[in-house]
Amino acid sequence: MELYILLGFMILGAIIAIEIKDLLSSVVAVGAVGLGLSIMFLILKAPDVAITQLVVEILALIILVRATLKKDLPFSASGRWFFNTIITICFVALFLIVGMKCFKDLPGFGYPIMRISSVYLKDGLSQTGAANTVASVILDYRAYDTLGEATVLFTAVIGVLAIVRRIGRKKQGKTIGEDDE
Amino acid sequence: MSRKHEKGMSLIVKTITRFTVGLILLYGIYILSHGHISPGGGFAGGVIVALSFIHLMLAYGKETALKKLPKNVASFFESSGAILFLGIALLGFTGGYFFLNFLSKGQPFRLFSAGIIPLCNIAISFKVGAGLFTIFVALVLLTFEIGKKK
Repeated sequence: MELYILLGFMILGAIIAIEIKDLLSSVVAVGAVGLGLSIMFLILKAPDVAITQLVVEILALIILVRATLKKDLPFSASGRWFFNTIITICFVALFLIVGMKCFKDLPGFGYPIMRISSVYLKDGLSQTGAANTVASVILDYRAYDTLGEATVLFTAVIGVLAIVRRIGRKKQGKTIGEDDE
Repeated sequence: MSRKHEKGMSLIVKTITRFTVGLILLYGIYILSHGHISPGGGFAGGVIVALSFIHLMLAYGKETALKKLPKNVASFFESSGAILFLGIALLGFTGGYFFLNFLSKGQPFRLFSAGIIPLCNIAISFKVGAGLFTIFVALVLLTFEIGKKK
């Protein structure tokens, strides 16, 4: 029951975030959606995911607030709303149909297929010595995934630093510099 | 909003920040070091550590935070975290294969247990914290002065 209330709250927040004109209010609505998702993970007894969701949400929110305030961002409101709406409705309908066909084959909510998970739950503590089963999965059994995730983050940092660096960017009359604040 | 005070926010924010920023940093270190016995882990702990520096930066301005954690130190920590994680993984070859948990498991529910998992958590937290702080600095301090042309 709480899950449906939270789900409605999150959908409402997402709609507000899309429809509102003010950028700061939109960012705050996105933050409300993220907090609702974090509480939802907590209700579903996944505190690891809830903590990660909460802190990453806060970080992303701070970056968005600082990046959207005081900045003269180009706001595009093109006149092709009819074409865009038709395309959006078509793709949403397509995803809904495909999603209904796919979700029919998934196991029901709360009844997972315990093929490998049962092995992890049974032998995790004795094989790795970690009391937190999530840590034993992500850093021992599935450590390759964590290595890939670390590589993704490393590449993202390098990409951001390469794109926003100051050297060699003063072209075409656009000056990009650091804020003297 | 912070043009008037030249550096950071008002006195109230600065005072509260002085009390809370150390606690936030300590909580991040707790989360990352206890990742194998309680919820949390390297990623969440690293993000909380980065958030403590971001908190300092929002309250006191760019200079104070970058004096505490300069950019090249942050990039050193990020690279060393990646090297450390990969090195721990490669050390598994001493016992057989990649990512082998070669240290002794110890007693469960103790801080020094679970072999390489706490070390991996520390390495990942270095990487994530320094990397996200660097991304924040790069994205926030960047200004597009295109609008002033009009």
